[in-house]
Amino acid sequence: MATINREKYEAVIGLEIHTHLLTKSKMFCGCSTEFGGVPNDHTCPICTAMPGALPVLNQHVIEIAVRAGLAAHCEVAPYSIFDRKSYFYPDLPKGYQISQYGTPVCKGGYIDLPPDKNGAPHRVRLVRIHLEEDAGKNIHEGGHSLVDLNRSGVPLLEIVSEPDIRSGAEAAAYVQEMRAILRYIDASDGRMEEGSLRCDCNVSVRPRGHKEFGVKTEIKNLNSFRFVEKAIEYEIDRQIDILESGGKITQETHLWDPVREVTRAMRSKEYANDYRYFPEPDLPPLIVPPDLVEAIRGEMPELPADRRARYIREFGLTPYEADVLTAEREVSDYFEATLSGLKNRKTAANWVMTEVLRIVRESGKSLAEAVPAPTEVGALLIMIEDLKISLNAAKTAFATMVKSGKSAEGTVAELGLAQVSDEGAIAEAIDRILAAETEKVNEYRAGRDKLFGFFVGQAMKAMGGKANPKVINDLLRKKLSG
Amino acid sequence: MSSGLNRLTIAEASARLHRREFSALELTRACLARIEAVEPQLNAFITVSEKEANEQAVEADRRIAAGDAPALCGIPLGIKDIYNTCGVRTTCASRILENFISPYDATAIAKLRADGAVFVGKANMDEFAMGSSTENSAFGPTKNPYDLERVSGGSSGGSAAAVAAHQCLGALGTDTGGSIREPASFCGVVGIKPTYSRVSRFGVIAYASSLDQVGPFTKSVRDAAIMLRTLAGIDRLDSTCSARPVPDYEKALRGEVKGLRVGVPKEYFIDGMAPEVESAVRAALKQYQALGASVHEISLPHASYAIAAYYLIATAEASANLARYDGIRYGLRVDAEDHNSLYDLTRALGFGTEVKRRIMLGTFALSAGYYDAYYLKAQKVRTLIRRDFENAFETCDVIATPVAPTTAFKIGEKMDDPLTMYLSDIFTISVNLAGLPGMSIPCGYDSNGLPIGMQLIGPPFSEEMILRAGDAYERSGAFTRREPAI
Repeated sequence: MATINREKYEAVIGLEIHTHLLTKSKMFCGCSTEFGGVPNDHTCPICTAMPGALPVLNQHVIEIAVRAGLAAHCEVAPYSIFDRKSYFYPDLPKGYQISQYGTPVCKGGYIDLPPDKNGAPHRVRLVRIHLEEDAGKNIHEGGHSLVDLNRSGVPLLEIVSEPDIRSGAEAAAYVQEMRAILRYIDASDGRMEEGSLRCDCNVSVRPRGHKEFGVKTEIKNLNSFRFVEKAIEYEIDRQIDILESGGKITQETHLWDPVREVTRAMRSKEYANDYRYFPEPDLPPLIVPPDLVEAIRGEMPELPADRRARYIREFGLTPYEADVLTAEREVSDYFEATLSGLKNRKTAANWVMTEVLRIVRESGKSLAEAVPAPTEVGALLIMIEDLKISLNAAKTAFATMVKSGKSAEGTVAELGLAQVSDEGAIAEAIDRILAAETEKVNEYRAGRDKLFGFFVGQAMKAMGGKANPKVINDLLRKKLSG
Repeated sequence: MSSGLNRLTIAEASARLHRREFSALELTRACLARIEAVEPQLNAFITVSEKEANEQAVEADRRIAAGDAPALCGIPLGIKDIYNTCGVRTTCASRILENFISPYDATAIAKLRADGAVFVGKANMDEFAMGSSTENSAFGPTKNPYDLERVSGGSSGGSAAAVAAHQCLGALGTDTGGSIREPASFCGVVGIKPTYSRVSRFGVIAYASSLDQVGPFTKSVRDAAIMLRTLAGIDRLDSTCSARPVPDYEKALRGEVKGLRVGVPKEYFIDGMAPEVESAVRAALKQYQALGASVHEISLPHASYAIAAYYLIATAEASANLARYDGIRYGLRVDAEDHNSLYDLTRALGFGTEVKRRIMLGTFALSAGYYDAYYLKAQKVRTLIRRDFENAFETCDVIATPVAPTTAFKIGEKMDDPLTMYLSDIFTISVNLAGLPGMSIPCGYDSNGLPIGMQLIGPPFSEEMILRAGDAYERSGAFTRREPAI
């Protein structure tokens, strides 16, 4: 692609996020929603669309949809209906998908993204959130096509944003924030690599300053933040390139090729459908009474944006620290569980961001599996704060605890890491050093202040590295000036 | 001993089974013998489940001997081949499901099974319940027991004919636009379509989901009450099914209709109605007056739009309901190069002409740009029709009409003219659109000896009332049943 003058153009991007909901059973039958499993093991007459089978709505789905609506500041519809969306595909057993077309369960709303590098806040408005069921999966192998219906009927939320996004990076930030929200409210496990959260991006470009939208293309089924960003950036460049060389954008659907890092247009046959939506006669209207909404509102957990603000306001963390710590609810909950009895929240924040997350990253395990319980880390942090151990000693103890799973106190004792604060022992050591180094003592007293560090080092060495540095400092100062 | 047992009503047979005058196995064998004797001419069944029926009968005898068995225990029934029956094939009279054996029972079947009923076989029908004569069956038409040259009605023609011809004591049908009432009328038996949502639709192969309803065919109104008592009631597998408690319908049959206000819609006595049908229904109305009921003329002003609205709504729903027959998971599959050709060939070969016609009609009605003019407009008409009935029931308790404009017509007579065929349901279709209960009871015969039916329509959940009205007429002796020729 030729060098492109991107300054002349502005991209306009809207996203549709699809996420599986964290329910034990499927949307309209009792089958398990567990990922994987032997193909077609999690199926029954309903989710395989046997003749005569009827759907019955899983009530848990309603609760999750309301939570999502409240988290995204939507208007929750007291009355909505399900529609049938008809198309033929081997992984769609009924020949229609039960979805919501005219009346989504949530309307409007917005989410606020964390401020970008320049500190600018960004609000992305939503068009709607609606409920629908997932299809199965076609598997092509050895010249055959096989159908696995384990995923057929798993509940999905589709979250449609307004075209408020202007770049691939913003789009990725939006997906990241929405994913965090969905995980905070236990709506989704957010596992993009398993396809439980994926998104479609609508992308168009227009000359900067123009009001009208350009012709858009849709990139389907992106399942990582990185793909979202790259695919959109690629698509923006592609569109600008076409316009700059006098061409026209065709409204079409694209797929992202993650290997070649390009988008390619699907054949029109692959998506040209008249879905013939009409109200699903097998399901009564979805009624969400106001008192249910209020009950759910009363039980809403704190959301990532609120936590971020609280960390900055109450703990004195930087926006960056607050961001890192709140991105995953698991990490944020862990961080908060280390705080009990601790005065300096910043120490805990640093510890979690560096030590804890490093171990998690290196081990490839989940947080809960990779590191000791947060209360043990908290105990370690309190020992640092009380000057019972040094920072380095704490790191040594932590590394041991990760392997042994033993308590902070036990580990510190076992490894003999506790600092000596006994003034008598330290004073004795200092007296010995000062007696042996009379020449340096005189130099110091004559004004060579730098020698103070030398004495501290000698004292610490004499104490085997375990002496409380504050006590050493205080005593040295007293004796040298005396 | 067992000869003639199959001619009993359910009420009679049940009482005598419980008195141990004969066994359920003897009763079942009598029905199976009758099936064997007349099936070659009648073709009321697609599948006869002799082995299973005998096993069920043996089990029923065990329960009866143990005491406390329900009324339907040991009663041989025919099941329209639209009900999923675990282990016995369910074809819906279609090539596309010709060899389909369901892994599960419909709720109606499970309830009858729990009562100990015996299923003698799967009754013939119009393919996917689309038709008014059972001529659209992939397994050939069911003949009328009163005249083998004539149709049995449809779509539940096999069930109606089987009961009329004493192949079973009762049968299950389904009614989307008249599919129980019209064949009941043509075959001279009782057929009731309950209020929409009164009986679970789970496991009933869907034609038009917002209109389909389960109901029984019987030889008497009392028998219909006995069967409906078992069938009705909440089902957690059908979210459109009503949670309303189920009354004991049999107890409602007090035999009197004094003070009952019978409404007669003026719009229903149309040109083209057979004079003998009209006079038979008018005579029945006189009988009601003689029994102390009053007869009033009422108006259902939007009646003439019912057929048009029905053929948009029903076909729209059907176009989606029948999309699942794609050759991928079960049923007929014609292999092809790619999945689109597989669909084309499978559905081209698997579906009959009328089914294809309705799928296309429904697909068109829902297409982008046509939805508002067709489907949405039809739904508005449906609301007007429902209001017509609500208004009418301000001034009457029950509405009486003919079931169909004519008696059973000749096989082949209307096959080339679908619109004329659709008119067979002109008096029954509005009842489905309004979701009301409607019952067909025999009220006479024409000069060819063909049965004529009267329809009784009530407000939602008034099954007790219409059963009581039908029973009172039946008991009054104004009508004497004639046995069919077969």
